[in-house]
Amino acid sequence: MILSEAERGELERTARLVRYLILRTVQHSGAGHIGGPLSATELLVALFFKILRIDPQNPTWPDRDRFILSKGHAAVGLYSVMALRGYFPVEELLTFDKGGSRLQGHPDMTRLPGLDMSSGSLGQGLSPGVGYALGARLLNKDFHTWVMLGDGELQEGMVWEAVHTARRYRLGNLTAIVDYNGLQQYGWRGSGRGDRADPWAGFPLAEVFQSFGWRVIEIDGHDFEAILGAAAVARENAAGEQPTAIIAWTTKGKGLSFTEGRHAWHSKVPSEEDVRRAMEELGLSPEEVPL
Amino acid sequence: MKALRDAFGETLVELGGEYPNLLVLDGDLANSTKADRFEAAYPDRFLEMGIAEQNMLGVAAGLAFLGFIPWLSSFTVFFTHRAADPLRMLVAQTKANVKIGAAYSGLLTGYTGKTHQDVEDLAIVRAMPDMAVLAPLDAIETRAMMRWATAYEGPVYLRLARDPSPIVLPEDYRFEAGRVLELKKGRDIALLGTGVETPRLLEAAKLLSAEGLEAGVYHLGSIKPLDEDDLVRKLRPYPRVFTAEEHSIHGGLGGLVAEVLAAHDPKPVVRIGIPDTWGESAPNDWLLDRYGLSAQRVAERVLKEVKQ
Ligand SMILES: Cc1ncc(C[n+]2csc(CCOP(=O)(O)OP(=O)(O)O)c2C)c(N)n1
Ligand SMILES: [Mg+2]
Repeated sequence: MILSEAERGELERTARLVRYLILRTVQHSGAGHIGGPLSATELLVALFFKILRIDPQNPTWPDRDRFILSKGHAAVGLYSVMALRGYFPVEELLTFDKGGSRLQGHPDMTRLPGLDMSSGSLGQGLSPGVGYALGARLLNKDFHTWVMLGDGELQEGMVWEAVHTARRYRLGNLTAIVDYNGLQQYGWRGSGRGDRADPWAGFPLAEVFQSFGWRVIEIDGHDFEAILGAAAVARENAAGEQPTAIIAWTTKGKGLSFTEGRHAWHSKVPSEEDVRRAMEELGLSPEEVPL
Repeated sequence: MKALRDAFGETLVELGGEYPNLLVLDGDLANSTKADRFEAAYPDRFLEMGIAEQNMLGVAAGLAFLGFIPWLSSFTVFFTHRAADPLRMLVAQTKANVKIGAAYSGLLTGYTGKTHQDVEDLAIVRAMPDMAVLAPLDAIETRAMMRWATAYEGPVYLRLARDPSPIVLPEDYRFEAGRVLELKKGRDIALLGTGVETPRLLEAAKLLSAEGLEAGVYHLGSIKPLDEDDLVRKLRPYPRVFTAEEHSIHGGLGGLVAEVLAAHDPKPVVRIGIPDTWGESAPNDWLLDRYGLSAQRVAERVLKEVKQ
């Protein structure tokens, strides 16, 4: 056991708040993504509250771990977690997608301190991750680099260019986290874990990473204990030659009865009624929620 | 009001019935671009290529050389930026019979911000030899251009838009490649638009008329091919020309008009568009106001320039 009961309870409560904030923020702005942020909620909470070596008061600290949200459309999930972690006031979430905001529809590192890369065009985030990890080696620094990717996103060829160079340069200090939620935006007809075909049904994803020389850890991406365990293995091996891929099995739209496994909720604006229902399903009271 | 992407989806279905060799290739965005209508009608001729736009361009080229007519569906930026090299190398340079349905162009891309707002596309594709470049002003012209593009042998780039915009042209409108469309005769200045900016210029002309300024309104949807003589002739009566577009002021319609007039009939050209800066996530009205592209802001700009 890595976590005490109390610690786990606290993380789970934070995840419930984040899920609420995701819906509330998108409902307020009138645009944004839901399914991908909800599937990544535990992963993002674990990263920002337990795994990343960061200081929200000093977001430019040179020795901080680097984190890149390659699946940039999940920005609202990242912002909700960053707000609760103290990077900026929670109320600022209400500026999301409004003109002039630091909280752009996709993460914009030129506006918001604490972001290590801009993203939004899928398939590109692992490459600057390779750059940070390689640079850390060249500078003799011990920070770790973490990149979160979507499963649909892995269809982009550039991801595999980065997978190749990461192993060639023996970047044990690089970890890719795949939010393996079984849906993309549209994808193929059929059904799997959701109401369209699983992006990688019939493809042995773990073996693909392994054949490039990566260490692969498959976990339940909604289980904090498992996430922290996998991250610990990745960090312990940072001085080694193998980059780590954490394939986190998740559910797209996780946590709400009306969004789970539904591709239509990839990007959709919830109604006020949806937000109220979310609060109820998450077991939160109006007094508990910050917005 | 009707969104160009809705006309795109409907016309794909219509053309699918007429051309048994027409295929639709999608980059995981068919429910945004409305190419999903084609999948519903012709599931066997709909090919999902996933989130891999460069590959999609190459696959389309191969299919085209076997006699298929591939229509492609994705957001504009992923064609002209992500897949720029395969677009140039495998499609334009080979004159492959591939049709690009660039669905979310310009500034109004649903709050997605600067990563998705493609305001450089015309500059890029216009510079590619052998590429036809079309930017319809409404749903009617979208359909007409798609009918032309499907019958035409060679690569075509179709610049579409996400959100509903006014219907301006009559049902029986026929698209003529290369020609400039005169929407309103004027006297004092010419307003020339492309894509969904053109309908805003008709509104701007009304505002200007109330101020005693008679603006002619023109539309250039056929960025390439272009009948340069027609452009010069239609703009000849006007001492001053204002271009407006949901595009950078560099290399798009403004650049094109300035190039042609400088060579054949030099006169002042004011380019209204996105200056040398990035866009951002915001509501449509906010963006049109901020970048001076709403009817009101265009009219103000014209009055300011004319008074100087
Ligand atoms: C290069 C590129 N192509 C297409 C898109 C449009 N798009 C945004 S999200 C998405 C689906 C992503 O699916 P996945 O990676 O599985 O993310 P998740 O399920 O976590 O939302 C698509 C196609 C994009 N942002 N970038
Ligand atoms: Mg996914």
